[in-house]
Amino acid sequence: MAQAQDAHDHSHDHDHDHAHGPEKGIMRWIKTTNHKDLGTLYLWFSATMFFIGGLMSLAIRAELWQPGMQYMDPELFNQFTTVHALVMIFGGVMPGFVGLANWMVPMMIGAPDLALPRVNNWGFWILPFAFTLLLSTFFLPGGAPAGGWTIYPPLVLQTGNSFPLLIFAIHLMGVSSITGAINVVVTILNMRAPGMTLLKMPLFAWSWLITAYLLIATMPVLAGAVTMLLTDKYFGTSFFNAGGGGDPVLFEHVFWFFGHPEVYILILPSFGVISTIIPTFARKPLFGYASMVYAMASIAFLSFIVWAHHMFTVGIPLAGELFFMFSTMLIAVPTGVKVFNWVATMWRGSMTFETPMLFAIAFVFLFSIGGFSGLMLALAPVDFQYHNTYFVVAHFHYVLVPGAVFGIIAAVYYWIPKWTGVMYNETLGKLHFWLSAIFINVLFFPQHFLGLAGMPRRIPDYAVQFTDFNQISTIGAFFFFASQFIFFYNILRCVLWRKGLQPAPARVWEGAHGLEWTVPSPAPYHTFEEPPTGIDAETPWVAH
Amino acid sequence: MAEASSSGKAHRGSWKLAAVVACMFGFGFALVPLYGAICQLTGLNGKNAGMLVSAKVQEQVDSKRTVKVEFLTTVNGGRVWTFKAEQPAIEVHPGQLYTVYFDAANQQDQDVVGQAVPSVAPWSAAKHLHKTECFCFNQQPFKAGEAKHMPVRFMLDPELPADVDTVTLSYTFFDVTRLAQQAGGRDKPNSPKS
Repeated sequence: MAQAQDAHDHSHDHDHDHAHGPEKGIMRWIKTTNHKDLGTLYLWFSATMFFIGGLMSLAIRAELWQPGMQYMDPELFNQFTTVHALVMIFGGVMPGFVGLANWMVPMMIGAPDLALPRVNNWGFWILPFAFTLLLSTFFLPGGAPAGGWTIYPPLVLQTGNSFPLLIFAIHLMGVSSITGAINVVVTILNMRAPGMTLLKMPLFAWSWLITAYLLIATMPVLAGAVTMLLTDKYFGTSFFNAGGGGDPVLFEHVFWFFGHPEVYILILPSFGVISTIIPTFARKPLFGYASMVYAMASIAFLSFIVWAHHMFTVGIPLAGELFFMFSTMLIAVPTGVKVFNWVATMWRGSMTFETPMLFAIAFVFLFSIGGFSGLMLALAPVDFQYHNTYFVVAHFHYVLVPGAVFGIIAAVYYWIPKWTGVMYNETLGKLHFWLSAIFINVLFFPQHFLGLAGMPRRIPDYAVQFTDFNQISTIGAFFFFASQFIFFYNILRCVLWRKGLQPAPARVWEGAHGLEWTVPSPAPYHTFEEPPTGIDAETPWVAH
Repeated sequence: MAEASSSGKAHRGSWKLAAVVACMFGFGFALVPLYGAICQLTGLNGKNAGMLVSAKVQEQVDSKRTVKVEFLTTVNGGRVWTFKAEQPAIEVHPGQLYTVYFDAANQQDQDVVGQAVPSVAPWSAAKHLHKTECFCFNQQPFKAGEAKHMPVRFMLDPELPADVDTVTLSYTFFDVTRLAQQAGGRDKPNSPKS
């Protein structure tokens, strides 16, 4: 820490001195404590993981193209479903949002960097090791973990050599997200520009403040749960072993006490992104700023008291089923407030439909579909029918892909001119949007029908009457995956093949407000070494 | 906002949050006894089918009421023992003690230690089923090929909710040979509350 502090103080002596530009070569990235560098690293890491996890999902969808076993044995299929989930959640979505937080939170609140730059560096560099551990299990005898990402005992305790690697990988991911979360909290609470009170902060910063608290409260519980699994397997404890006096159902409670807040960890930063983008392209201030903050806070609070809706079928008393059913349905209220506010922001706005806005609108629409299927699953009596079917798969993919992932994509389109200093190609962006928006529905919508018709999740083979919808879904998967290469090309153009591209002005979008648009594009290596002044006392998140 | 003071506050804040992280890690483990207590309290998972301890549960036979008690036997993993109840079900009067027998035979040609884990359904009946004797109170060592005829002595107390006319008492036999060996040096092996 002292070192980072020195470097920091030093930079005050030589204002924007060359000695404090980025180091040359690979060591820049390994040693960097700069929030922008680390944000970039997080985002590239996330992109890599999306690619790897995406390949696994293609393998899964290929196997499900028709009934019977085609390309792999059931063990490998189960390994793919398990690791696909872990990679997408902990490697794709979470680092993606941490990357956005790294880049944008200091610039939005007028801070020079995150509060703990060295910790930030460690937090990132843990991740490649964690995922090397996890992915290396495919090459171990017995293969990768195959018990599902929820790692329920006793099934997961039958995992072979890869079991301890799975546990330690989860520990490392936990350490990484916890350090990132602590960093975001102390940055937001201590380093805001003068005049920017909490309730005058950009909503993306708010969404991350709440997300960070959720991470701090729940990731340690997951760490505890997987530690108990580890000692159950190797050290003779019986936390979850009924034969020794434990209870496997206990694991489900502990896991979902983490797991349900986790799903809001995955979606809240997206809410922040969408709340930033929609006002920009509707050219109106966000409708109901304070209610947006309170809605996120209520969602975060409620997320702690709904966990057992994941386990209605495990056998809980009627009173418990009712409590968890109603508390779950209560979440629809603050979520409904948010969707209403987004729509109300667009109402009578002078809207334009640049790529980030398109993704934001698709987010509002498709995330709501995922929300509605969530409400259906919340109903305890019908959940007995839907539980562990493809309906659940359709539900959480609707909230995660057009929800969390579209949020990340929208954010990249929105801020990449600020990051790179050049405009992305709007035509390609729109093409990417339409292909993604169409094929994501081709991919996941039929899965609702499959689930309602009774197709269970996590199986490599199925009854022949499910073939048609599975084939539609598989077609959607391959086209959706392929269309992401347009996005990839668009990013690479901005990053590498920039010759002749239109340079981006400081305020890239005419309707954009916020401190990040007051610095030049590309954002200099160091920004806001002196806190910004002249923040509008009424609406400081709308910086001019 | 002065640079030094804000970074000092940030560091203090970080340590406070790190303390929260440590507490939540502990909370994960605290959920274990908490869950046990809640199960005991509510009868969740049929965990609190207890021993005959309460003074108010005297033998006070309610001969007007007949409840069917079914016995369910399962072997975890399926191969180590044969395990079944002598009778699949009996009719009982609340308040009267009954003895039923279970037969288990080790199918292996090596010694094993078994632990039966009971569960009672419906969960509202769990706290009204009392046992004075059960093979599930202790681990059961079996010699290679050994068969055992094991008694369970139980009663349903008269406070059993009126809407319950069938109670299922289920036992799952777990192979705990490894656990028993690990606990060999200790005074008392791990045994579930029953």
